[in-house]
Amino acid sequence: MGPTGPSAAEAREKMLDIYPKKTLRKRSKQMMVNENPSTPAEIGANSRTVPGIITQRGCSYAGCKGVVIGPIYDILHITHGPIGCGYYSWLSRRNFTKIRNEGETNYLQYSMSTDMQENHIVFGGETLLKDAIQEAYDEFKPKAISVYATCPVGLIGDDIHAVCKEMKAKLGINIFGFSCEGYKGVSQSAGHHIANNGVFKNMIGLDDTPSKGEYTINILGEYNIGGDAWEIDRILALCGIKIIGTLSGGVTYDEICNAHMADLNVVMCHRSINYMAEMMETKFGIPWFKVNFIGLEGTKKSLRKIAQYFGEKKLIDRVEEVIAAEMSEVRPVIEDVKTRTNGKTAALFVGGSRAHHYQDLFEDMEMKVIAAGYEFAHRDDYEGREVLPSIKVDADSRNIEELTIEEDPERFNLRKTVDRKKSLEESGFAFSDYEGMLKQMKKDTLVIDDISHHEMEKLIELYKPDVIGSGVKDKYVIEKMGVPCKQLHSYDYGGPYAGFKGAINFFKEIDRMTSSRVWELTRAPWHEADEAPEATVSEEVTA
Amino acid sequence: MLEGTTAELRERKALRVNPAKTCQPIGAMYAALGVNGCMPHSHGSQGCCAYHRSHLTRHYKEPVVATTSSFTEGASVFGGMANLTSALENIFTIYEPEIVAVHTTCLSEVIGDDIPTIIKKAIESGKIPEGKTVIHANTPSFVGSHVTGFSNQCEAFVKYLAETGDTRKNTITIFPGFVDPSDMREIKRLATAVGVEFILAPDASDVLDTPYDGHYKMYPDGGTKISDLREMGHTMVSIGLGPLASTAAVTSLQKKCGVEGKIAELPIGVRATDEFVNALRVAGDTAVPAWLDAERGRLIDMISDMSQYLHKKKVAIFGDPDHVSSMIDFVTELGMEASIAITGTPGKKWERKMKAKAPNTEVKAFSDLHYLHQWIKNNPVDLLMGNTYGKYVARAEDIPFVRFGFPMLDRVGHRAFPLVGYAGAMRMVEKITDAFFDRDDRLLPDHEVELVQ
Repeated sequence: MGPTGPSAAEAREKMLDIYPKKTLRKRSKQMMVNENPSTPAEIGANSRTVPGIITQRGCSYAGCKGVVIGPIYDILHITHGPIGCGYYSWLSRRNFTKIRNEGETNYLQYSMSTDMQENHIVFGGETLLKDAIQEAYDEFKPKAISVYATCPVGLIGDDIHAVCKEMKAKLGINIFGFSCEGYKGVSQSAGHHIANNGVFKNMIGLDDTPSKGEYTINILGEYNIGGDAWEIDRILALCGIKIIGTLSGGVTYDEICNAHMADLNVVMCHRSINYMAEMMETKFGIPWFKVNFIGLEGTKKSLRKIAQYFGEKKLIDRVEEVIAAEMSEVRPVIEDVKTRTNGKTAALFVGGSRAHHYQDLFEDMEMKVIAAGYEFAHRDDYEGREVLPSIKVDADSRNIEELTIEEDPERFNLRKTVDRKKSLEESGFAFSDYEGMLKQMKKDTLVIDDISHHEMEKLIELYKPDVIGSGVKDKYVIEKMGVPCKQLHSYDYGGPYAGFKGAINFFKEIDRMTSSRVWELTRAPWHEADEAPEATVSEEVTA
Repeated sequence: MLEGTTAELRERKALRVNPAKTCQPIGAMYAALGVNGCMPHSHGSQGCCAYHRSHLTRHYKEPVVATTSSFTEGASVFGGMANLTSALENIFTIYEPEIVAVHTTCLSEVIGDDIPTIIKKAIESGKIPEGKTVIHANTPSFVGSHVTGFSNQCEAFVKYLAETGDTRKNTITIFPGFVDPSDMREIKRLATAVGVEFILAPDASDVLDTPYDGHYKMYPDGGTKISDLREMGHTMVSIGLGPLASTAAVTSLQKKCGVEGKIAELPIGVRATDEFVNALRVAGDTAVPAWLDAERGRLIDMISDMSQYLHKKKVAIFGDPDHVSSMIDFVTELGMEASIAITGTPGKKWERKMKAKAPNTEVKAFSDLHYLHQWIKNNPVDLLMGNTYGKYVARAEDIPFVRFGFPMLDRVGHRAFPLVGYAGAMRMVEKITDAFFDRDDRLLPDHEVELVQ
């Protein structure tokens, strides 16, 4: 893998060494050496978690409520279940929100739940849910209410969709449910899919008001962690590009209902929202492509691609002006930071997209990404969308609904003529595509899907990277081992990291972490000097 | 901030808004972490385990490791036996704990998995290595709260491990209740001061507050040793701190091993600490050292010095039942008045007890922060006390806010400094007066800002 440790193949063997036979067979498929980045080999992904292995993964409810729908701030969200699920998803993801129109309520500051008790498990919770919806309506008068199922709901057979339908008719506001029970699928990913289906069925296309902007787009799969979406908004506004809806960071219900009026969808987080991009193209004729506003090169490339799509010189020139102006602010920072970060190593283990996106930022700093992996991405996120036809849906994920989408007879409208799309493609423009993480990674780097605690420990032992990007459950494990860990879910309560200003934040942050002085304090002087005696161990002074 | 909250109080029977509790398994996970060489195991789908680990990590800023059965839809229909069996094989092979403490979630409770049978079969089929132990607690999320889960796990320590027999040692079992490692450290300091031999179960100090030395230990040096958990059965007396968290373990130890039990309030504030120290003294037939008397005296001195700033101040308190119960008494000792005290944990008995001792306080169990906020809008208070989630209410209503209890997601003090004991009480007096003074220094007109207070 690199000069600082064994080869990736050796490291892989060392990580697998300890596993019992069945676990070994399973984990072997999910750990690979990236031997041919341009034509990556198949990796095992999106398969069930090995029990007892210490995974970082969460559940379908987290993927649906916690990630995709939760950030829509003026929908009132009710978790149907015992208290934990609603409680843990209360303000714990940093999808920033501010009220933009007078009279709105930001429901993200609230955790609403049916708080199921034993009698509801025994006798069913439908009446409870009905009453909770009524009380929520009486108390808050929201414009829409969404309901999320948790583990026991599916088992006891509560029909949340029937309850929502009944209450929608009664109260006259939009009310809809998500069957995102935690045991569905094998990870958060199932929840994304369930969320996409629900948003598409219950919100997209409800408001046909034409947009006033000149170049109108939606940003799909951007959740405004630490203000990322606002930085993207700022840059696009400077370029004269109008965002109809960002799914779903800092977004309102109305914006989502109107999102099908945009001329283009750009996709940030492929894993969580590619379903929506595909469905909107089929039904309304909106093309989509992948962008990445993380990293300087990624941001520039994405802006240029959007300008090229609209194809007008005015926009193309404006984008170049914005890039030049922004880069003049970034350049001195990166030039300075690079003198310290050049050649340092990083490993990235993050959900379903950032393990790839953030490689751009590390490349900007001339750091080497020696290993990476996702918690719950699918093969297409690793190997690229061209492998989609060869992916078999296994028994654990077969029950996740696939919607059949057809062209809308009235509203379908090809944004680009077939000829125009073709000529763009001939110039190297890729629509409806994502090349995956492996192609960007260097040859012989290590790729680990659903990394276990044991594998992470081994990785640090073998390579001691200069920084690891991961999540809160890992952070203090990694740091106890003397390696700084940047949380790439919560950003360690900082950010934004997207766009140009975000890149500056990130460069400074990694610079701080990789040159922190605290590690110098680790050993007390009496452990260092030969002549100093060991401290005597005595009972704690009590008086 | 919380702009949807109005002063109009409506009765809510079904909708919980901004809970003042969470669910059972996280309490069980925390209790299990307080055992030396223990791997907590969550028998359910993996989302629960991820949430509980994340939440504890955010509170302690420490590694929190636990395993899960990672239920799929199939297991949810046909039972989780295969998942737990294969989990146990993986855990003992890869992570080599001395003991695995299994708890359940709403999922495995609804499908009715029989954990003892699964464990028994795993032992029979050799999946559990010789000399290693597996215990379990049922922790259905739809009953009680995280404190109930803590209590259930503590009771399981007794049921599975405490030895029976007539041998008695001059040692006391202390169940600390659902408190922080810094509190457990303080409880040990008090017991050591009084000169009693004791077993503290569980003990998360030196597990969730480990020093930094560049090495990671999956099983830190701390935690109650399994041998000590067995020895609990041979102790003279047990003292359970916090009725809700510790009664089950105390009762179980009495029933199973004949160890006489005493339940005391969490030692927060003067009288509750006095009661604990005195209980230790009586149980151990020892004397309270002069220096501890002096420490107590310094606390009383501080309260007396600050009395003018505390007198008749109205306080809103929320948190876990045992904490709230002691805190009502403590604020009364300080000369303040508990206007309202709520907990999210259900309990009519607790509610009656609180009403009896604080007839002028609005008391509610099975309540939430939304109710507390609305009540405050109608009945303004001078101070809000509770966990991190209270900061939104404090900001919305501009009330001085003192953090205590679980969880503390946005401050560091609880990691190092106790809430319990005389030392903890002094720290709280400092925090309360700081909160009042800081607000005055910020908001009073220039000519009223005092140099000396």
